[in-house]
Amino acid sequence: MDFTLSDEQVMFAQTAATLFGDTCTPDHWHRMMEQDTAFDAGRWAQIVENGFTLLLLPESAGGLGLTELDFALIAQAAGYVALPEPLVESAGIAAPMLAALAPDHALSADPAAIIAIAPACNPVVAHADVADAILMEQDGHAFLVLPDQVTLMPAATIDPLRRLFRVTWDPARAEDLGPADWTLALDRAAVFAAAQALGLAQRAVDLAVAYAKDRQQFGKPIGSYQAVKHHLASAQVAIEFARPVVIAAAAQIGQRDIFAQARISHARLVATEAADKAARASIQVHGAMGYSWEVDVHLFLKRALALSGSWGTSAFHRARVGTRLFTRPTGPDQTFAREA
Amino acid sequence: MQLSYTPEQQAFRAEVRAWLEAHVPAHPLEHYDATRAGFEAHRAWEATLKSGDWGMVTWPKEYGGRGLDLIQWLIFEEEYYRAGAPGRVNQNGIFLLGPTLMEFGSDDQKARFLPPMASGEEIWAQAWSEPQAGSDLAGVRATARRDGDEYVLNGHKIWSSRAAFADWAFGLFREPGSERHKGMSLIFFPLDAPGVTRNPIRKINGHVGFAEIFLDDVRVPAFNRLGDEGEGWHICMATAGFERGLMLRSPARYQVAAAALADLWQARKDRADPALEADVVRAFMNAEAYALNIYQTASRLIAGAKIGPEASTNKIFWSEMDIHLNQTALAILGPEAELLPEPGGHDWLDDFIFSLAGPIYAGSNEIQRNIIAERMLGLPR
Repeated sequence: MDFTLSDEQVMFAQTAATLFGDTCTPDHWHRMMEQDTAFDAGRWAQIVENGFTLLLLPESAGGLGLTELDFALIAQAAGYVALPEPLVESAGIAAPMLAALAPDHALSADPAAIIAIAPACNPVVAHADVADAILMEQDGHAFLVLPDQVTLMPAATIDPLRRLFRVTWDPARAEDLGPADWTLALDRAAVFAAAQALGLAQRAVDLAVAYAKDRQQFGKPIGSYQAVKHHLASAQVAIEFARPVVIAAAAQIGQRDIFAQARISHARLVATEAADKAARASIQVHGAMGYSWEVDVHLFLKRALALSGSWGTSAFHRARVGTRLFTRPTGPDQTFAREA
Repeated sequence: MQLSYTPEQQAFRAEVRAWLEAHVPAHPLEHYDATRAGFEAHRAWEATLKSGDWGMVTWPKEYGGRGLDLIQWLIFEEEYYRAGAPGRVNQNGIFLLGPTLMEFGSDDQKARFLPPMASGEEIWAQAWSEPQAGSDLAGVRATARRDGDEYVLNGHKIWSSRAAFADWAFGLFREPGSERHKGMSLIFFPLDAPGVTRNPIRKINGHVGFAEIFLDDVRVPAFNRLGDEGEGWHICMATAGFERGLMLRSPARYQVAAAALADLWQARKDRADPALEADVVRAFMNAEAYALNIYQTASRLIAGAKIGPEASTNKIFWSEMDIHLNQTALAILGPEAELLPEPGGHDWLDDFIFSLAGPIYAGSNEIQRNIIAERMLGLPR
C-alpha cells in the first residue's frame, strides 16, 4: 500500500504546469476571446512537442505507454489554466480508443493529430472544428469520420474558450472500426474531467486569495475577515477531499470492475462539485468585480459547468456509486476492494 | 502508487481479525461516559487489548506498542471498527498525548507514562479549556508557580472529556504574570491529587462525559512538565495537529457507519422518501473520501513528510460528514426517529447527538477554517 506519487510523476506534471502557466496566461485568454477563437496552434504545437499527446498511447503505437494517473496529473494542470485546446478529449480519450481499434491507422502515427469523440450520451461534440477526425458512437461501434464526411452546426456555449458542434454524418460513408470500449472511454473522460475540475477549483481559490489579500475595505484587506476566510476555507476542504478520490480513481481505472467504476464516478461527482463551489466562492469574494467579464473567475465557473454535464450526468454517476454500495460488500476493509 | 495490500499487510489483517473475533465482548459495554462501572469495564478491555499487545500498535515495543507503521495502524483500526470492539476510553492519552510525548518527552518521561497509557492502567483527560479560554486558548489563566523541584498549580479547567473518571490530566498552565502565547507549560497532574476538585458536567445526551476541574495549590514534580518551561503553546499545537489530522477519528468509524446506513436504507426504503437514496450514497462517498485522504496522509508521513495545517481540513470534513450521515439515518427513520432504540438496536439518535459535538471540540470548525485560511491559503490575520 503506497498512496504517493513517484518523483517522475510529480516532475512530469510540473513540466506541464510550467508550460501551461507560461503559454496560457490571463493575457492569452483575453486575446483569444477578443479574436473569438478557442484554439491556439502555437500552444498546441508545444503541447505536442512535450509529448503530452503521446502519454497514454502504447509504446507499440509510438506512445509513451504511461498510465491514466500520469495523464490525470496533466489534466489537473490543464484545468488550472482552463486550457482551451482539446488535449484531454483527443489525447486522453479518443486517441487511445483509436489506437486500440486500429493501431496502424495513419492518424495514430501523427502526434499532432486532433481526434474528437462523440459518445451517444453527449448531444454535442467538443472541438469538432479543429479535429482531423471524429470518433462517433453508434450501436456500440466506433465510426471514424473525416472532416469532409460531416456537417458541423455550431452549438453556442457559455464557455468562451470551448467550441461545441452538432454533427450530421452518414454511417455508410464512415469507417466502421467495430465494437469499441465506450465504457473505458467514459471512465477515462470522467477521471480526466475530475482531474481538470481539481485544477479549476484550485485556480478559483487562488485567484480569490490573491484578490482578498489586496482588496481593502473598512481599512483592512477583505481577506482578514472571517466571513471571507470561511468561504475560501470551505472550498479548500472540498478540494482536499476530492483530490485523493481522483488520484485513486485514476490509479484504479485499470481494474475495470464495479469498484473502480464507482470510484471514478465518485471522483467525477465530488471534483466537479468542488470546482463549482470554489468558482462560486471566488465570484462572491471578488464581489462586483467577480461578476464582471474582465475578471477571469467566470471562466472557471463555466468550465466547471461544462465538465459537470458531459460524459454522464450526475445522476448516472451517482447510480454507479449506488450499484457498488448496494450490491457489493462494504465496510472499512473494502476501501481498495476489487472483483476476484 | 500501489493501492493494494502486501501479503504481509494481508496477513496482519488476518491476525488482527482472528484476535478480535476471539476477544471482543459478545455484548456491548456500558458507555464509558455513562457510569463508573462503564468506565472501568472499558479499562478492563484496554487491559485485554494490552494482553495481546494491541494497546497502541504504532508505538515502539519498549513502550507497550508493536512498532508498526501507519498503514498497519489503519488496518488495525479497520478491523477494530469492523469487529464492533469497545470505544477507546483512553483516546486522549493514546491518540493525543502519546504521540506528543513520543516527540517531546525525555526518555524517563516516556518510560514512566507511556506503558501504563498503552495498557489503560492510567487513563487520561485533556485539561486545556477554561471558562474564559475556549477558542482563544492563549487566554488560559491557570497558573503553574515553580517551587523548587515542584510546580504549584492553580486555576479552573473545563470541558475536559473523560475527566469525571480518568486518572490523569495533561493541562496547559502559565507562569504567573505571563501573557498570551508566552510562559505556558504543558504539565501532567493526577486527578486524585490533593487540591483537585472535579465536577461532572452532563452532556445533552444525559451522560456525564466531561467535567470541570478546580486546582487549588496542587503540587506536582517538575518531572511532570512536557518539554521546556514556556514551550507549552508550541507543544499543544503539535498535539492539536495529531488530534485534527490523523488519529482522533479513524476513517473506519465512518465506513462502518456508512455501511450501517446503507443497510438501514435497504431495510426501510419502501417506507422512506426516495430522495434520501442520494444522501445514503453521499454518506458512503464521504466516508470513502475520508479514508482515501487518510491513506494518502499516512503514506506521505511514512515517506517522511510532516503533518501541517491541512490537518484542519480533516477535522471539518469528518465532523460535517458525521452529522450528515446521522441526519440521513434519522430522516429514513422518519416518524420513528425520536424513539429511543430497542436494546441491542443501532442508536442513531445518540450517534446524531454525539456528532453535534464534532464541529465544537478539538478546536471549533470556525477556528479550523481560520487556520486553513491563514496557514494554508496565506490570508492575513
